[in-house]
Amino acid sequence: MTIFDFEKPINELESAIQELRQLSAEKGLDRSREIAELETQRERLLKQIFAHLRPWDKVLLARHPKRPYTMDYIRLMCEQFVELHGDRLGFDDPAIVGGLAKLGGYKLVVVGQQKGRDLKERQKRNFAMAKPEGYRKAMRLFQLAEKFRLPVLTLVDTPAADPGVESESRGISEAIARSMLTMFQLTVPTVAVVIGEGGSGGAIALAVANRVLMLEHAIYSVIPPEGCAAIIWRDASRAPEAADALQLTADDALRLGLIDMVISEPLGAAHRDPQTTALSLRSAILQQFHELSALTPEQLYQHRHERFRRMGTFLSTP
Amino acid sequence: MQRRVASGSSEQWVQCQKCKKILFKPDFERALRVCIHCGHHHRLRARERIAITLDPDTFVEQDAELRSDDPLRFPDYPDKLMRAQQTTGEFEAVITGTGKLGGSEVVIGVMDFAFMGGSMGSVVGEKIMRCFLRGADEYLPVILFCASGGARMQEGMLSLMQMAKTTAGVEKLQRAGLPYLAVFTDPTMAGVLASFASLADVIIAEPGALVGFAGQRVAAQASSGKPPTNFQTAEFQTEHGMVDLIVPRAQIRPTLLYLLEMFGGAG
Ligand SMILES: [Zn+2]
Repeated sequence: MTIFDFEKPINELESAIQELRQLSAEKGLDRSREIAELETQRERLLKQIFAHLRPWDKVLLARHPKRPYTMDYIRLMCEQFVELHGDRLGFDDPAIVGGLAKLGGYKLVVVGQQKGRDLKERQKRNFAMAKPEGYRKAMRLFQLAEKFRLPVLTLVDTPAADPGVESESRGISEAIARSMLTMFQLTVPTVAVVIGEGGSGGAIALAVANRVLMLEHAIYSVIPPEGCAAIIWRDASRAPEAADALQLTADDALRLGLIDMVISEPLGAAHRDPQTTALSLRSAILQQFHELSALTPEQLYQHRHERFRRMGTFLSTP
Repeated sequence: MQRRVASGSSEQWVQCQKCKKILFKPDFERALRVCIHCGHHHRLRARERIAITLDPDTFVEQDAELRSDDPLRFPDYPDKLMRAQQTTGEFEAVITGTGKLGGSEVVIGVMDFAFMGGSMGSVVGEKIMRCFLRGADEYLPVILFCASGGARMQEGMLSLMQMAKTTAGVEKLQRAGLPYLAVFTDPTMAGVLASFASLADVIIAEPGALVGFAGQRVAAQASSGKPPTNFQTAEFQTEHGMVDLIVPRAQIRPTLLYLLEMFGGAG
């Protein structure tokens, strides 16, 4: 199990607490005062560490192997979910999951990239790097949503789209472009949430929505920091510096006007308390759909276009 | 662009970048910088492309006043921009405007690889977006020549958003029922290929142009088999159904004219 440097002291305390608990259970000794003290320490340490996270720490958190993934949130948030499969063109990409969900009174189409928890599942899911067929499955589901007037929720969590020869042969670029185009055509309310890694084109392919949100420790980037460092300094190990330069955190995205809301994660990040994270995510999503329900189909279409029309920062010389 | 040959009146001779044969410069220019020996299409600058594509003296540049900012205070970005401006004589990586093609008005945009690898930041995205909006508003077809390594890293997420923004432009033009023709020139890659470029009604590519999603090394690493020798060329993309037709440089203007005539946008 990967433990990141900034998490080490927390994990050490947690193992100490665990040991004491076991000791008291096995030997019948009352160590509750010591345990309580260690827990206070742990809390204080977590607060201290998480108050000073650097962008690179957020990159690591967004990629944390214990971080909840799309299907975890669907299970924790939705009353019901039926997964639908296939792009109807010959493939079903396990890197993208989608289906019909019930969420707090809403009937939704949900689509998102899915990472794998163990080695076998990671390989099956291709590390959530979707192939053209993944985006084509997504498009099919978006069109289903449009036909039956179901709002769309997308959960974004991918390092990148699959860059391999197979994906190139089947038109990965076209699939990404057309997925965005399809999302622009919708007249139902759409909400996208970057829950982990928002990796470049593969991420934005599912994130053309009326509202775009990010979890507190998610990232959204045009290029992985390692790749950026390799280009600027010819040294991928300078990725932490590149992470600073790229401004890829949720707070950066909010400040740059690219997202609508940052959803707070529990102290110590989503993987320390998936339930609470899912509850916050759920209420943020419901709030968005509630607000969007005031708009007509035509307004939803226009609103989405105007949202992205504004994006970009430039000067105009007289 | 061409290496000079150190002999006699060297100004008169250039070397083909691919087959390395020596070419007589006036012939080379007359052939629109296509090698007469191997057919290699050497890169053109944006204004050279406009000159060989539109009817003479009909180009009116638009949105030339837009300049890149440095919203992220990204290391060395202002220097890079200034250097690109000095070496290319352009202010950004795409030149856009209107002009006539066979007597009919069109909106045209030409990317310039010489300017920071034709990368798409906020200005490039905005200028391309305005091409589509101008097309829709003024009821004109849109022609875009692509030449880009992808999104401009130095503007971070803002560059990424240009993929969506330009796609919104295509959607508006499509809805207005107007033709959009794209020409992939060397190279057409990554964030540009994965957004507006791939969404044209008809896609033309120049022979031998590099056209692909990821860098060649990344693609090879992510694959089990070895990439084919023509991987990520215009020819490869045509074989796989992603490009309509490969057209030699001299035939591009007549091909565009034919397409516009077919779509009722010209003639
Ligand atoms: Zn040659």
